[in-house]
Amino acid sequence: MATVTDTITAQKIGTAVGGYLWGVVTGLVSFGRKKPLGGISLLFLVGLVTVAVFADQIAQDPFHFDRPARLAGPSWDHWLGADSFGRDTFSRLVVGSRIALIVSFSSVGFGAGVGTFIGLTSGYFGGKFDLIVQRFVDFLIAMPGLVVALVLVAVLGRSLMNVIFAVAVLSIPGTARIVRALALSLNQTEFIMAARAVGASTPRILLRHFFPQVIPLVLIAASGGLGGAILAEASLSFLGLGPAPPTPTWGAMLSGSAIQFIDESIWIVVFPGVALTLTVLFVNLLGDALRDVLDPRLRT
Amino acid sequence: MQAYIIRRILLFLPVLLIFSVVLFLMLRVMPGDVVGLYLGLEEDSPPLEKEEADRIRAQLGFDRPIPVQYGDWIWDIVRLDLGDSLSAGRSVNKVVRQKMPVSLELGVMSLAIAYILSIPSGIFMAIRQDTWADYITRVLTLIGLATPTFWVGIMIVIILSREFGWLPPLAYVQLWDDPWVNFQQMIWPALATGTSSMAFSARITRSSMLEVLRQDYIRTAAAKGLAYRTQIIRHALRNALIPVITLFGLAVTNVASGSVIMETLFGLPGLGQEFLRAINTRDFPLVQGIALVLAGWVLGVNLLVDLLYPLIDPRVKYT
Repeated sequence: MATVTDTITAQKIGTAVGGYLWGVVTGLVSFGRKKPLGGISLLFLVGLVTVAVFADQIAQDPFHFDRPARLAGPSWDHWLGADSFGRDTFSRLVVGSRIALIVSFSSVGFGAGVGTFIGLTSGYFGGKFDLIVQRFVDFLIAMPGLVVALVLVAVLGRSLMNVIFAVAVLSIPGTARIVRALALSLNQTEFIMAARAVGASTPRILLRHFFPQVIPLVLIAASGGLGGAILAEASLSFLGLGPAPPTPTWGAMLSGSAIQFIDESIWIVVFPGVALTLTVLFVNLLGDALRDVLDPRLRT
Repeated sequence: MQAYIIRRILLFLPVLLIFSVVLFLMLRVMPGDVVGLYLGLEEDSPPLEKEEADRIRAQLGFDRPIPVQYGDWIWDIVRLDLGDSLSAGRSVNKVVRQKMPVSLELGVMSLAIAYILSIPSGIFMAIRQDTWADYITRVLTLIGLATPTFWVGIMIVIILSREFGWLPPLAYVQLWDDPWVNFQQMIWPALATGTSSMAFSARITRSSMLEVLRQDYIRTAAAKGLAYRTQIIRHALRNALIPVITLFGLAVTNVASGSVIMETLFGLPGLGQEFLRAINTRDFPLVQGIALVLAGWVLGVNLLVDLLYPLIDPRVKYT
């Protein structure tokens, strides 16, 4: 008897999960119909994530020195040519996509989280706390991002975590400001006043009542910041303050030795740049599409 | 209005002060011994060298408590003295005085290029809305926003040298020594630095122009038979430019970041190049000095834009 109910529950769970997945799929399809550019960008990004996950299977050894192929152009052996050590450009791009994605997603995620926290508390408590916190936000917004990130990496040392942290700091203020503005206006709404009136605790109000309201805006801000984060990591790597070598990163592939050899082969600088530009372009397009779909202010 | 100006200026100082504290603390609590790293000391260095390091540390005042060091630094800054660089015989003031003009010129040029190119293309996109010309220009601006500036710089160098066999003169020439040579050196990095600001302000010009073109007063201008050019330039553009000007502060921030990259790439002896060198050689007094100067500039320009805003847009009144 027990086994029968178990199978039935399992079937129920199965259909529920299936239904949920189906819902996600139809949701994505309708998103693609409404926003074709957004759909294409999403496909590109999913493809890129797949490439990054299976980089070891797709790429050859990115550190293998194939001396005769030094600075070779695209060929059957080296699809996108090879660099000044004879290392395969395609493989290095594939492996480098990991750094670009890991740094951009985790830093934007971290920055959005901290930004949301700052924005919510600042907008909710107001007063002196808000005034002081907002000066920090002002300061972060007004600073030249790269200068701040350079100092941070120089002080903390070159490592993946520190680069992520440095880029994350840059994405805090944007989210914080947007969330604070919304929190300020939410303070005046009836359902928040009602929550206060029935004696809900501050953490409960912030988590259960404010937080769900700000999620769309946070998503918009985060997706809008993703492209900038990829560019920031690339700039740091280009200036020699990205994740430590020999990890291949797209920015580092364009720096130092690459520039010395442009007279002999332009391919070593063309492909990493194209990879960067295409990725940031599609990420930005996806962000625009998400904003159009999610932003309540643009809803008609 | 006056109260607003005073408050805004009073808020400017705390932001700069926060920056100075954060910057100073970060550079002091950093793991590792600045002087030791600077002298290239190892763990097992002979004691004589360690004594030497202690002596230098005392000489530079690094052995005092951090609050005292900070107070000293700020007091010097109030008297417009940024302190001494770790490399012998150079005060930070001197470095800034020498390198600032290059960065300033690069910044002014790239902003000028960005606005000269972006405003006409923004207008063009708006008056040709939803035509092929509009689509192509929009795609170009999207690509411009996505392209890393340092890659644009590299590609410019490649195209100039490979296709035209021409390279900018190598040794940097001051503007007042030979303006033409100086122009040849500055124009390409300025163009590359301006790419993203250019794409951004072209998009803003387009959207605000589109908004303005739907207004009643533009229809009135058309109805009374004004030439199309007059409608666009005298009536629409004036109002459409307001958001573009607001973004000037952001563009300046961009250019400050870009200068670090472009000066390094093109070998221009500016503040950005010096900043990166100071970071790489762990010359921390120089790092904090230059960072503070850059921050002061960016904050100052942002303050100026805020204060000029009511003059540009009379509808805005600060209270």
